[in-house]
Amino acid sequence: MKVTIDQDKCVASGQCVTAALDVFDQRDEDGIVVLLDANPPAHLADDVRQAAAVCPALAIIIEE
Amino acid sequence: MTTTVNPAENDSAEAPVYPMERASKCPFDPPPVQQAMLDQDSPLAKIRLFDDSTHWLVTRYADQRTLLSDDRLSVDISKPGYPHESVQSKDAAEGGTLSFATIDDPEHARLRRMVTAPFTIKRIEAMRPAVQRITDELIDDLLAGPKPADLVDAFALPLPSLVISELLGVPYDRHEFFQDHSKTFISRTSTDEERMGAVTELATYLGGLIVEKMKDPGDDLLSQIAHERVAAGELSVPEAIQMAVLLLIAGHETTANMIALSTVALLENPDQLQALRETDDPKAVSAAVEELLRYLTIAHNGRRQVALEDIEHDGAIIRAGEGVIMASDSANRDPRVFADPDKLDLSRDARQHMAFGFGVHQCLGQPLARMELQVVFSTLFKRIPTLRLAVASDELPFKYDGIVYGVHKLPVTW
Ligand code: HEM
Ligand code: SF4
Repeated sequence: MKVTIDQDKCVASGQCVTAALDVFDQRDEDGIVVLLDANPPAHLADDVRQAAAVCPALAIIIEE
Repeated sequence: MTTTVNPAENDSAEAPVYPMERASKCPFDPPPVQQAMLDQDSPLAKIRLFDDSTHWLVTRYADQRTLLSDDRLSVDISKPGYPHESVQSKDAAEGGTLSFATIDDPEHARLRRMVTAPFTIKRIEAMRPAVQRITDELIDDLLAGPKPADLVDAFALPLPSLVISELLGVPYDRHEFFQDHSKTFISRTSTDEERMGAVTELATYLGGLIVEKMKDPGDDLLSQIAHERVAAGELSVPEAIQMAVLLLIAGHETTANMIALSTVALLENPDQLQALRETDDPKAVSAAVEELLRYLTIAHNGRRQVALEDIEHDGAIIRAGEGVIMASDSANRDPRVFADPDKLDLSRDARQHMAFGFGVHQCLGQPLARMELQVVFSTLFKRIPTLRLAVASDELPFKYDGIVYGVHKLPVTW
């Protein structure tokens, strides 16, 4: 699985961090998404899919 | 359905009035006429508002997700054709300045990003002990007072007000002032004049506080706005005040109603309540909160937008200048997404609900709201295991015509 994020689209909702804490974080200064792991391991795949599904700004793109 | 006709030119008498009426015995369920629209062929249904204007209602989950991500739809309430909630909101749109909730990108994004920092998951988690303390203190006071008590007045309203005071950095000795004026602002028994007066007092007070915090900043939201934005000339003091008022208003009544209405729903579903009362698992509590958000969808008057261009969607056409309302309550009861949607099931995975909206305007305060609700519902029924309604549930005054759904009063005893 390969993950990319679009920081320009992100609205700092934090939903991805709640869904997959090991893969997404937020910048301290404005809450914008930071990608911690662009190639997350298989056991996190469901959480990452969940993060992409709940991202309100469609800022998370997954290639399986 | 003919989708090429401008609804304004159409005979509006046949379109049902929105918001529609809930069924009398089902205070938690969306209006039946609206729910029936989930099964119609077209993604759009024509509805009529208080001022006789007609607009499109979208009920299905998938259609709403697509349209709420479409930047050809605008949240700008000053645009002609916008589907207003009331005469008051229509008048306000003509007179007042706009908050970022009613401004489109890119300006919306610029303003929103100025206040996102305190709402990161990390910062909100750091507030959890303070919210736990506030919750425990309010429950102490409740238990020490007379019964029956009104849970709205004694618990649901003060809690978010105290939490927002903490977040903004309102000093402790002004919390009561802050709470009284917010309450006047949202009370149904206040006159328009009293409401205006309350906002003016709050705004004046917040303005003074912002100026103070420019000189002597603390670790709070107003200090951050004062120090980083106002001092740098990115925001004027009036703009900063307006943002603070937006946060206060957006976060107070919503959270309060969610606390009170969830309590009713849980008391009416004792088996679900028992599971919640007995669990110590934060994951189970968090799942329960998501399900309550989905099931109750208290922002029940729809996300409202107006088309800037013609938009073709699934065989239907929304013309430029036509209003579109996304019924979040129906999306959250769409059986294509949520199995057995009318059942409150605290163990289901409801995380994809739209109770906070969807798209770039999705609720900024959601991490805070979630944390507050998690603290409340892992505390309230453990500390007061015998908590129960002090009146029959069909005597509860539901806020059928409120901008936010809930109960006006919640008499409880224990
Ligand atoms: C359970 C409690 C809450 C509910 C159900 C709720 C619901 C909503 C909804 C439905 C929207 C509109 C989203 C859209 O148009 O797509 C919204 C926006 C907003 N909410 Fe909340 N909210 C809650 C609590 C809070 C809190 C605690 C705060 C802040 C302290 C807050 C601040 C805001 C702001 C600033 C916006 C405008 C966001 C924007 O336009 O970018 N809300 N909320
Ligand atoms: S879920 Fe989307 S909008 Fe929210 S913080 Fe993550 S990337 Fe940003």
